[in-house]
Amino acid sequence: MAARFSVGEKVRVMKAYPLGHVRTPYYIRGCVGEIERLCGSFPNPEELAQMRDGLPALPLYRVRFRQMDVWPDYRGKGSDVLEVEIYQHWLEKA
Amino acid sequence: MIERGHHDMGGLPAGPVEYTEHDYAEWERRVDALSVLMGRRGVTVDQRRRNIEALPPEDYDRMSYYERWIVALTQSLIQRGTITTAELAGKMVEIEKRGGQV
Repeated sequence: MAARFSVGEKVRVMKAYPLGHVRTPYYIRGCVGEIERLCGSFPNPEELAQMRDGLPALPLYRVRFRQMDVWPDYRGKGSDVLEVEIYQHWLEKA
Repeated sequence: MIERGHHDMGGLPAGPVEYTEHDYAEWERRVDALSVLMGRRGVTVDQRRRNIEALPPEDYDRMSYYERWIVALTQSLIQRGTITTAELAGKMVEIEKRGGQV
């Protein structure tokens, strides 16, 4: 599957709570960050978890968030960041 | 619906991190080896995670790391039809009879 996002692009993590096995942590859903890199393409873990082949492989990105955007009561430096690896189908253009 | 799975704890208050080193018990090494071997036969880490995440919250909290792994791997063997529930039950009774722990 083709990569839809490029490095530096702003993206929003889908705010959804499906059943099944998901690799997108609860705390990051709904947050806006920017693409730090494309890690490659990998079989969909949500499908692998259900014993299917997870194909076509999905682009996986490392997304960089500002800590202050993730935690409402964050008291560290404004320049602190948090990086999470997120599959393409969980991201939309911000 | 289930908004947040019990296992999905990132960002929740958890107290200080305790840094302790400990050696692994022999059965824990075996569980690790078993998971590597099962991985080569197509039991993915995602299947293991799915089964760990399906644990009732009180069991999830009570069990140790490798206890959760062995339960998840065993569930995978049953789900894939490698062993049946009846075979597992029979083996557990047999081991208990000869004085082993199940």
